Amino acid sequence: MCLGIPGEIVAVREGGAPESPRLAVVRFGGAEREVCLDLVPEARVGDFVIVHVGVAISILAREEADAVFGYLEEIQALSELEAEAGAPGEPPEAP
Amino acid sequence: MRYLDEYRDGQAAQRYAEALRAIVTRPWTLMEVCGGQTHAILRYGIDELLPPGLTLIHGPGCPVCVTPVAALDRAVALARRAGVVLASFGDMLRVPGSAADLLHARAAGADVRIVYSPLDAVALAEREPEREVVFFAVGFETTAPANAMAVRLASRKGLENFSLLAAQRRVPPALDAILASPDCRVQAFLAAGHVCAVMGIAEYVALAARRRVPVVVTGFEPLDLLQGVAMAARQLEEGRGEVEIPYSRAVRPGGNPAARAAMDEVFEPCDGEWRGLGVIPDGALRLRPRYAAFDAARRFPDEGGERPAPRDGDCLAGLVLQGRLRPPDCPAFGGRCTPEHPVGAPMVSAEGACAAYYRYRPRPAAAVAAVGAP
Ligand code: SF4
Repeated sequence: MCLGIPGEIVAVREGGAPESPRLAVVRFGGAEREVCLDLVPEARVGDFVIVHVGVAISILAREEADAVFGYLEEIQALSELEAEAGAPGEPPEAP
Repeated sequence: MRYLDEYRDGQAAQRYAEALRAIVTRPWTLMEVCGGQTHAILRYGIDELLPPGLTLIHGPGCPVCVTPVAALDRAVALARRAGVVLASFGDMLRVPGSAADLLHARAAGADVRIVYSPLDAVALAEREPEREVVFFAVGFETTAPANAMAVRLASRKGLENFSLLAAQRRVPPALDAILASPDCRVQAFLAAGHVCAVMGIAEYVALAARRRVPVVVTGFEPLDLLQGVAMAARQLEEGRGEVEIPYSRAVRPGGNPAARAAMDEVFEPCDGEWRGLGVIPDGALRLRPRYAAFDAARRFPDEGGERPAPRDGDCLAGLVLQGRLRPPDCPAFGGRCTPEHPVGAPMVSAEGACAAYYRYRPRPAAAVAAVGAP
């Protein structure tokens, strides 16, 4: 029950009763599902949200989407630097 | 961009694995807190990509697994009560109580219904005003805001036949308890990304500072997990103990203000038992007094009050949930205990560590190379 799944908001249903939750249709791969947007009031059609037990809990930040690849480059560059400097105790390779 | 497949790229995973080998010079033990992460690690073979000496142990982060037997027994007792509908997430139905589970109770005539969302339980109460609908509210801080919204909605609609059996747990106090244990092997945490998406990182900053432990707020896809491991390993190698948020696409440092507000309005921290870890100070959430009318424990005080804590049978979930026993090393694993006939909760839940091992291990070595294959 505990998983949170990313999905895209494809429609927002405005105009329910005042006490009712604000609902959206969210697409997950092929499936669509009704999701409550009350915890992400600024969410709009086209946003991707993390949905957990029928409720959107976070809007995914597009500008952070590639962070995982940026960090990979950072640590790869770092390990290449170290390899160039030569591991401690190892003689540098002959030219 | 679908925020899914791109983080399952096998080539990038191999490059992460290589970079990790350059980072790690000593053995380290990390705990991934969340059961969703445990499943992804076993499913994609992330553990097998790590350099030797870098060990992942599986944390207690499965709400289904840590719900104590006493809470299950109370849910079963309520379900058997005439006029009551017990609404629950599906994976709670087969978690063993001390004598029966909810599925048995249902087979014997109890009105147990599976809901996908707490809000569905409110709709159920609205549709069936002659029934008492009790929602079995398990979950961590990820789920508590949705549970809070259900109570708020029922209150606004003036529903008098809806109540909550509150069995929610708070994660940071449990991490503190794990670190406090004298035989603790955990040197860094991969914290549960969606708990932090709601709560932010303040409690983890305090924990990291107090215990000098790296806390890396990690997502759930293979590359997310590898990045989390790399960040934790770098902190350990460099002698740091800080909070970092690689899962920044979903987690802001302050969390989700609307979700926290809903949760704070309806619930307050209290001491609570975690299956396997015992009673943890501030490790649970209960309804605040202003919402007492929606508290099933008050509405039905005679069902499962203060009783001696029932035992867990011969399930070793306690050790598994503390990361002290690998599921395959449990004598019951795969024999007496399978997902079809679970002896304990970690074999039931889709996020349980025992179920993850049963489902994904052993598997052909070829699958390891194919990170990204569904
Ligand atoms: S394998 Fe079964 S009996 Fe053993 S710890 Fe896991 S759930 Fe309990």
